[in-house]
Amino acid sequence: MDVLYFAWVRERIGIPREAVETDAGTVMDLVKELSGKEERYATAFADISALRVAVDQQLTDFDAPLAGVREVAFFPPMTGG
Amino acid sequence: MRVVVQDAPFDFGAEAAAFADGRVVSGAVVTFTGIVRDVDGGLQAMEIEHYPGMTEAALTDIATQAVERWSLEDALVIHRHGRLNIGEMIMMVATASRHRKDAFEAAEFLMDYLKSRAPFWKRELTADGAAWVAAREEDEDALTRW
Repeated sequence: MDVLYFAWVRERIGIPREAVETDAGTVMDLVKELSGKEERYATAFADISALRVAVDQQLTDFDAPLAGVREVAFFPPMTGG
Repeated sequence: MRVVVQDAPFDFGAEAAAFADGRVVSGAVVTFTGIVRDVDGGLQAMEIEHYPGMTEAALTDIATQAVERWSLEDALVIHRHGRLNIGEMIMMVATASRHRKDAFEAAEFLMDYLKSRAPFWKRELTADGAAWVAAREEDEDALTRW
């Protein structure tokens, strides 16, 4: 699946998007998997209460399942308007 | 209903006039526009990042909710991204309804929701560097009244 990062999450991880091969069952499983991979992910995901997640471009929660999902995006709370 | 996401400036006067033009059923048109301001002094510009694809979908969803809930005849949302200077217009909403209360309420609903539910992130550029604008708790709290 494609994993996208925006705003300071993108800056901390260092890339805007990447293709990830994963068997993670939920968003939280994916977060743990990425955090275990490299320090920059662990730093970005250190406090998930400061993060929001969208699955296939719909806002959701960290316990959302990932079966059949094509795109997951992580970002800070939005500041539009 | 129209939702526009663009980096180019928009013509607020022309958009508002075109939106209000030819209304027969609606006796009320409300417009709101947000402008880049320098509250603390020292701001050089604002940069707005967004999530192409999700942004359009989220704005369309929010506008559809407003149209249905307040039985609007029409709604317009324009939101810019990219680099904006002080004084530039960031976004505008317009609502058209039979009565002004619905038009005002729907416009406020649109503003409250697109502040915290549309995937935009603002970054302020100052002489000291760039800083992401933190979401405010009162913006999240504002959603509870709807």
